[in-house]
Amino acid sequence: MNDLAQGLSSAARLLQGADTELWSVVALSLHVSGTACLIGAAIGLTAGAWLAIARFPGHALVVGVLNTLLALPSVVVGLVVYLLLSRAGPLGSLGILFTPAAMVIAQSILVVPLVAALARRLVLLALAEGGDQLRSLGAGPFTTALLLLLHERFGVLTVLLTAFGRAIAEVGAVMIVGGNIDGVTRVMTTTIALETSKGDLPLALALGVVLLAVVALLNAVIAMLQWRSGAPREALA
Amino acid sequence: MAHLNTPSILRRGVAALSLLATLAWPALAPAQERFIVMASTTSTEQSGLFKQLLPAFKQATGIDVRVVAVGTGQALDTGRRGDADVVFVHDVAAEQKFMSEGFSTQRRDVMYNDFVLVGPKADPAGAKGKDIAAALKKLAGTTLPIVSRGDKSGTHAAELRLWKAAGIDLAAARPVGYKECGCGMGPALNMASSLNGYVLADRGTWLSFKNRGELAIVVEGDKSLFNQYGVMVVNPAKFPHVKADLAQQFADWVVSSAGQDAIASYKIDGEQLFFPNAAP
Amino acid sequence: MKAPVRQTLISLHDAAVSFGDTPALRGVTLNLQRGDRLMLVGANGSGKTTLIRLLHGLLRPDVAASLQTHALVPEGRAPRGAMVFQRPFLVSLSVRWNVLLGLWLRGVPAAEREVRCQQALQRVGLASLAGRRARELSGGQQQRLALARAWALQPDILFLDEPTASLDPGARREVEALVQDFAADGVTLVMSTHNLGQAKRLGSRVAYLEAGTLVVDRTAEGFFSGEDLPDPARQFLKGELPWRT
Repeated sequence: MNDLAQGLSSAARLLQGADTELWSVVALSLHVSGTACLIGAAIGLTAGAWLAIARFPGHALVVGVLNTLLALPSVVVGLVVYLLLSRAGPLGSLGILFTPAAMVIAQSILVVPLVAALARRLVLLALAEGGDQLRSLGAGPFTTALLLLLHERFGVLTVLLTAFGRAIAEVGAVMIVGGNIDGVTRVMTTTIALETSKGDLPLALALGVVLLAVVALLNAVIAMLQWRSGAPREALA
Repeated sequence: MAHLNTPSILRRGVAALSLLATLAWPALAPAQERFIVMASTTSTEQSGLFKQLLPAFKQATGIDVRVVAVGTGQALDTGRRGDADVVFVHDVAAEQKFMSEGFSTQRRDVMYNDFVLVGPKADPAGAKGKDIAAALKKLAGTTLPIVSRGDKSGTHAAELRLWKAAGIDLAAARPVGYKECGCGMGPALNMASSLNGYVLADRGTWLSFKNRGELAIVVEGDKSLFNQYGVMVVNPAKFPHVKADLAQQFADWVVSSAGQDAIASYKIDGEQLFFPNAAP
Repeated sequence: MKAPVRQTLISLHDAAVSFGDTPALRGVTLNLQRGDRLMLVGANGSGKTTLIRLLHGLLRPDVAASLQTHALVPEGRAPRGAMVFQRPFLVSLSVRWNVLLGLWLRGVPAAEREVRCQQALQRVGLASLAGRRARELSGGQQQRLALARAWALQPDILFLDEPTASLDPGARREVEALVQDFAADGVTLVMSTHNLGQAKRLGSRVAYLEAGTLVVDRTAEGFFSGEDLPDPARQFLKGELPWRT
């Protein structure tokens, strides 16, 4: 408990102190996870929308695989991406191992199945309500799915926030493919891991509080946007 | 299909996404500066040496050194995959194997630090002293917790050598309290601290370690606790993309008087951690 | 007022629709004539909704050949259809965008879209609410928006599936007035309704369904006079309309 109390007061001091090293670590976390979310959004929303309306043999299998991928451990993703991007691996000539680009790729892989699965659910629910009427207006199945995502845009925002949370909180993937290089690929979670292993538990806790505060701030901004736009329709409980 | 006059919502959405993307660009843009990737060990990084050494190198040469800190075995494997330009570890036998496999053409001594046996202040095993072999023999006969890194690291290799030198066959007669965590030096110390047990650590990590609990140094000063560091440039013949000239500049600098002085001047609480011993 | 041209737009011959193993519609033979104001009546589950969706094209018949669409004379193209549902699905955008969406989906060019949207909103009396969020409108206003959305597409056939069942009497009257207006312009109507009074007010032709089959298909006069109606239809007429208007 003493460590926890110390951690909280250190967190407050850290935030007040505006340490440039700390803020560059925070900024990198936001960059990497934010970019991964954007990529995840582009691929995941399209895939989820398509899966909601597609009919082909083996459809159930694909959905099953997708749901399984939701439980992908981040360290496994990190390992696979590492092997792909290593110089000894197939994509080694890209030379992006141990750079933020590799971290973005790894986190995108983590996030895409999540976004796709949740988007698919969103679209399916909305299809039940408006699928027929959009079809009546002349919308093809995929156009219908995309229109419904537009219609349920606050639900989509919640999905993206969930994906962002998954990305910014993970440590296994970015540690392996980024190498936790000081000043280059060190993010909040890898710093917390490092300080923990150095035995500096109060500092690690403080950084944990900072991480939570950053995510809480983001959530607050999104919530305010929703509130300003009127009562949002939450398709996800 | 005729293009829809984008509703303001979509326009705002695209604007927000573009803004985010430009903010994210620094994360993706390739680095413009000259840099090399160095695979080294967690214990070296956690000692804090690099925070002093590398800026001095950058000032002298303008080259950035990006350190990927993992266990010795992993560091050498990183070199074997061509993912690092230079390797800086402390396990002579493993380094020589690395060279015999053709992954480097030259190994040079850089510095040494020492290991210490850390344990509870009360020292229930009675291991305190200057003789590590005697201490290990005493430990093996107890049921007290003994933490081992078990991670192919230089420290782990040294630990195994010391048990062997003390005449104890770990495979045949494993001490009751022996625990392998497969982890780095810090987590191993954390574990020893919470179990109030014994662990072999490098002095650098121990000096910076903040979660000591009841632990203190129990054995130090024995010659066999000596831990030699070596630097090797990854062989460009095996991996043409390796920045061999920049990496060579690092290897040359760290054994030069400038580099050796930088090493010697690194202190924690006034105590020197690493002792430069490059061949003149 | 356009003079009615006697031509068949859609013909159904012994059509059936099944959902899996369950038949929803069987043996339906019906010819939809241009200018018809066809009212589909019957109890819940009688197949009204299935039939109207079949005619609109949202459902396919079990046997493809049992449904045929015929080209318009003299326009020489297939008839365009649009449908209004009991509870309109409005996208979470403005009133205006909901109408524009339908026009965009049908491939109408940009400039023409704006004009037709404006006209449609004016026709249903929602022009002043064009910028409002569609979902904030009252039930009656939302249904008028659905009508605007459908009308903007310049349909030859307007399908309405119980369009006023969820509305209060005032809103119902507004919607009925608009539907009658469209019919007067020459739009063919196919409307399902629970409300026999409504069928009498709006219809030129009545089809009575029971358990998925078409039992009666007559002019409105012929139906509401009650003469020679098969028993189930007569009972239905009596049951739904305890007092004759």
